[in-house]
Amino acid sequence: MFQRFQQQFLSLKNFYFITRYFLPWIAIAFFVTASYGVIDGLFFAPADYQQGNAFRIIYVHVPSAFTAMAIYFVMAASALLTLVWRTKMAAICMSVSARIGVWFTLLALVTGSLWGKPMWGTWWIWDARLTSVLILLFLYIGFIALQSVIAEVQTRDRASAILALLGVINLPIIHYSVIWWNTLHQGPTLSRFARPAIANSMLWPLLSMIAAFLLFYVWILLLRMRNQIILRERKSLWVQELMA
Amino acid sequence: MHPARQKKLIRWVLILTALSLALGLILYALKQNINLFYTPTELLNAHIQNGQVVRLGGYVGQHSVHYAMTGRSVSFVVTDKKHQISIQYQGVLPTLFREGQGVVITGRFDSSHQFIADQVLAKHDENYMPAILKKSLQGQTA
Repeated sequence: MFQRFQQQFLSLKNFYFITRYFLPWIAIAFFVTASYGVIDGLFFAPADYQQGNAFRIIYVHVPSAFTAMAIYFVMAASALLTLVWRTKMAAICMSVSARIGVWFTLLALVTGSLWGKPMWGTWWIWDARLTSVLILLFLYIGFIALQSVIAEVQTRDRASAILALLGVINLPIIHYSVIWWNTLHQGPTLSRFARPAIANSMLWPLLSMIAAFLLFYVWILLLRMRNQIILRERKSLWVQELMA
Repeated sequence: MHPARQKKLIRWVLILTALSLALGLILYALKQNINLFYTPTELLNAHIQNGQVVRLGGYVGQHSVHYAMTGRSVSFVVTDKKHQISIQYQGVLPTLFREGQGVVITGRFDSSHQFIADQVLAKHDENYMPAILKKSLQGQTA
């Protein structure tokens, strides 16, 4: 049944033509949420009682960390689809997501480091949170490196999918690291069940920036997936006609 | 679902579960090593030798911070509301350092069993609020 659904709606060709209509709206949504988040977060949200204006780096650090983990989750889910259902779309989504996720992870680590030096007193520390996010970075880099050494497409998809899938165990470790162990990094400010530990005037731009970063990922993901589809399907008729 | 596919799915779910279990047990066993610091209670129970470098984490005790008249020496107490350890430190303190604030200290006990800190880091909590809100909250609890 899923096979039929896949053939009808998730064919690479349909995906290519349907996303053409989605993309402008995703881009607009990104610009709106990013503009509001940046302007309200940097200029209008009140300064924190103890961190002062330096806390405003939260508007880049938290969204990038959240997005880095969300992208890996998408990557791992695509990996499972690739391994069990051999879906080409999933393999493309997985490969493209990795090359986006690595930059968000790097951004999270760098902004965190810049934030840590004035607030904690150090650029880096090997506590559970920072170390597990560094491992996430290594997983991303390792995935990309593994893909680059395997020439044949099917083998490459399957081997890298195994790496992506097994690495998903790191995600709950990252999330719970500040709860399970003593760390320098503080506990979660935003969690699903508790009230946010941040004032509303500071919260709204933060939520908007998280949405903006996720929209940016989806935007770039779709753009790059379209390129990969053209590349992978270049010998097929519909691509030949498109390129003519 | 196609039976071969179902078998594959179950196989991968089992592999992931087994790996999570193994990793979970390993992390649980290594908990002491993954913890960044001892609390004062743990440190007092751990019988650390003089000279061994350890990390200690807790809160700066109220009314415990004393700056020396000369040099950059400061003495204060680190507490976890149950036990406390007195610290001596010479160096720059982080901006957020103050009484009642969380700290993570790297240092060792010297020959007279006084804890000498080599590095003092401030640890802040996950709460963000404007100064006005903080003042009104403090007014309520005062």
